[in-house]
Order: sequence, then C-alpha cells, then structure tokens
Amino acid sequence: MIPVTSARSLQEAFDVLARRTPGLRVLAGGTDLMVAVNARIGLERIGHVLDIWRVPELRGVTWHDGTLRIGALTTYTDLMRSELIRERLPALGMVSREVGAWAIQNRGTIGGNVCNASPAGDTLPLLLAAEARFVLGGPRGERAVAADQFFLAYRKTALGADELLLRIEVPVSGRLVYRKVGTRKAQSVSRVILAACRGPAGVRIGAGCVAPIPLRCRHAEAAAGSGGDARAALERDITPIDDVRATALYRSRVAGNVLVRLLEAL
Amino acid sequence: MKFTVNGEERAVEVAPLKRLLDVLREDLGLTGTKEGCGEGECGACSVLVDGELVDSCLVPICQVEGAQVLTVEGIAPSGQLTPLQRAFVERGGAQCGICTPGMVVAAHCFLASGQPSTNEAVREAIAGNLCRCTGYTKIVEAIQEAAGGAGSAGEKAGRGFGCVYVDGDGDGDGNVARSRGT
Repeated sequence: MIPVTSARSLQEAFDVLARRTPGLRVLAGGTDLMVAVNARIGLERIGHVLDIWRVPELRGVTWHDGTLRIGALTTYTDLMRSELIRERLPALGMVSREVGAWAIQNRGTIGGNVCNASPAGDTLPLLLAAEARFVLGGPRGERAVAADQFFLAYRKTALGADELLLRIEVPVSGRLVYRKVGTRKAQSVSRVILAACRGPAGVRIGAGCVAPIPLRCRHAEAAAGSGGDARAALERDITPIDDVRATALYRSRVAGNVLVRLLEAL
Repeated sequence: MKFTVNGEERAVEVAPLKRLLDVLREDLGLTGTKEGCGEGECGACSVLVDGELVDSCLVPICQVEGAQVLTVEGIAPSGQLTPLQRAFVERGGAQCGICTPGMVVAAHCFLASGQPSTNEAVREAIAGNLCRCTGYTKIVEAIQEAAGGAGSAGEKAGRGFGCVYVDGDGDGDGNVARSRGT
C-alpha cells in the first residue's frame, strides 16, 4: 500500500517535501498520476504520495500590476470560468475547453499540465509564447523559472526534489493565439499544437508535439520578426517523430500550415 | 474516510489511493457506475462529486473526504424514473446500457446547470461519454426532450447539487461555439 499524505496547508506540504523521501510523487487532480496507478505502471518506484488537492494557497487567479497569477491547482474548468482569464488571456480558457472533456476539465490542473511536462501538454505552448514564469517553492524558499528554462528534456523539468510549482505568472502584453490539431474534437491528445503571441519585444512562438519538450521556436520567431519565411525557419526549430498519433511528415507539414495561419491572425 | 453518497453518510476504511469507482462498487455495493477504460477516456464511471462531473476511475478516495457524491442510483432513488431517464428509454437512448449510467449522470448535470440544450451544447456536455451502440443521436434527442425541447434550458439545480456547466465563449448566448482564438 502506497503511503499518502493529504496536506491541508502549504506548510504541511513543505514539511513532507523536506523529508526528501525517495520516489515522492505529487498528486493534484489525478488525471495523470491515477492513469499510471490504474495501469500499474511504475508503482514500485512510488515511495510516497503528497496529495495537495486541498492546499488552499495553490488555488485562485489574481491580477497584479499587469501580471496574471494563476495558482497551480487552477483546473481547466476554473480557467474557463474565470472572468480575469476571459478578459486578459482568453486563449488559455479556450484551450482548456479542448483538453479531454468535461469530467477531465473539472479535475485536471494547469500545474499538473506543467509539471507532467508532456511534449503534448496543451497549455504549454501558450505559456511559452506568453513568456510565463513558473514560481516554485519549498522548504528552502521560492524562486521563479522562465517557462523556456523549465523544460529540460523529455518529461524532465527544473523542479527540485523538494519543490512544488506554486503558481504561474503571465505578463499580459499582446494578443495570444493558438491552434490545437487533435485526432478528434474532444478526448484527444494533440498531434500538433502551436501558439503565437505578439508582445512588445516581437513575436513569440511556442510549439508542442514537435520535439521531446514543448519549446520556443526561435528561428521562426526571428524570421517572423524580420519579414522572412517563418514556415521554412520553423523546420530548423522542430524535430518531429512518427508515433501512434501522427507521422513526422504530418507534424512538420501541419505545424507549418498552422504557423502561417497564426501569424496572419496576430 | 467519511463522505455522503446519494444523500446518505457513509464511512469506509480503505487504502487512500483506492479509486472512488472501486469504493462505490465494492465497498458500498453501488454497481450502477461502470468501468470502461480505467483511464478517464470513456466516461462510463462518471459520477458527481460536490456537483461536478468527474471520472471516478481517476479520483482517489483520500480526496473524497467530506464530499457529496451522486451516482446513477441517486438520480431516481425511489425507482420512479426522471423525465431524462424516461426519455432515454422511450427514445432508444440505451441499447447495451454500459454507457448509460455515466451518460445519465453527465446529462443530469448538464440539465441541472440550466444551459440551453442546443445540439452543440448537449454534444459538448457528453463529449466525455463514449457509446459504441447508439451513434449518439437518440441520446442527444433524449436529453433535449428532457430539457423541454431542443434549445430549451433544463430543470434547474437537480436535487440540491449545484452543477456548473461553462458557457465556454462567455458571450452568454448559450452556444458553446468553439473558437480557437485565431
């Protein structure tokens, strides 16, 4: 039986983290971890589960000085309901409607999407394009990591063993657009997902499903900024593969098509 | 672990990661809720927790402490079918029946939210409930009939469980027009 601590406060969660138990896993809404538990994948590597679902400090969406602060436990439904998100960053509410379906949206959290760090995570290209910051915290204190510094390798992030993602901070500057291409309208993992944002410093482009990590497309950004061929430049940013959902050729072709449309929309 | 199921307080002593689905079926004998996939893709295990639709195969029981759970058994506890359930029966919304408990719970939640039952809105509400038999048309028609006709808003606040359905594009017109921001 895997031991579980259901923390009722951030301090209680930090106390558990401070013990640095080997194989500690964090449980939020369960839409990723419980799939693995149900499939009995990697159970022997789980030493302890820290359940943070009822930690109040991790919920809530606030606006502070031009920056949206989104608590890590904000669910997709919360994002869809939030007046602040609708006013300031509506694309994040719209992409939330394309994650899973209603029952998943009620439980899946943006923090889980970030920390699970799947290259197909649907909020991630948007957060990258918007140049979000991830605020991490633990017994040793708080620190912020830029989104484009957070995803290190396939499903590996900059989150320390004794840290939690506390919140996501998004400086809202320009228009954020995205397009998710999935296998169907709902309950669909993305085949290709791109986001683009026109900020004060230029165009920012985030992409998923085209590399081992969700990433910024720097060559495409440079081309878009200088009036060059962004679609051709994108080929230098991405390394798509064949998998169960799509081929590398499909991803490459569709990513280019989507990019052109997004840039037209900006 | 104490929580309320279909209005009745229950207590179980089980492993904290035991799925709500298994607690309902095995510990509480409520076998109406089904397992179809075990990974939150099919919705056969749909129940309401504090008025919100969830896949009970993904909810660990440690997170249900103190919550109010509604299962399909709680929708017609006296055995007298609700208008929604009667519409399912009369319209052919159920064939093999394996998706039906989850479908009825999702539909119940949608109707209780008071959203207009347009074709698009109903289909989005049940997008997480897969059916291999009916092709969905009869299910959608049954839900619309229960709402009082296609486009009408359904019975409000079913049995005190405040279901919340989201008007996704926020313009209040009840059409969940899917815009991708482009």
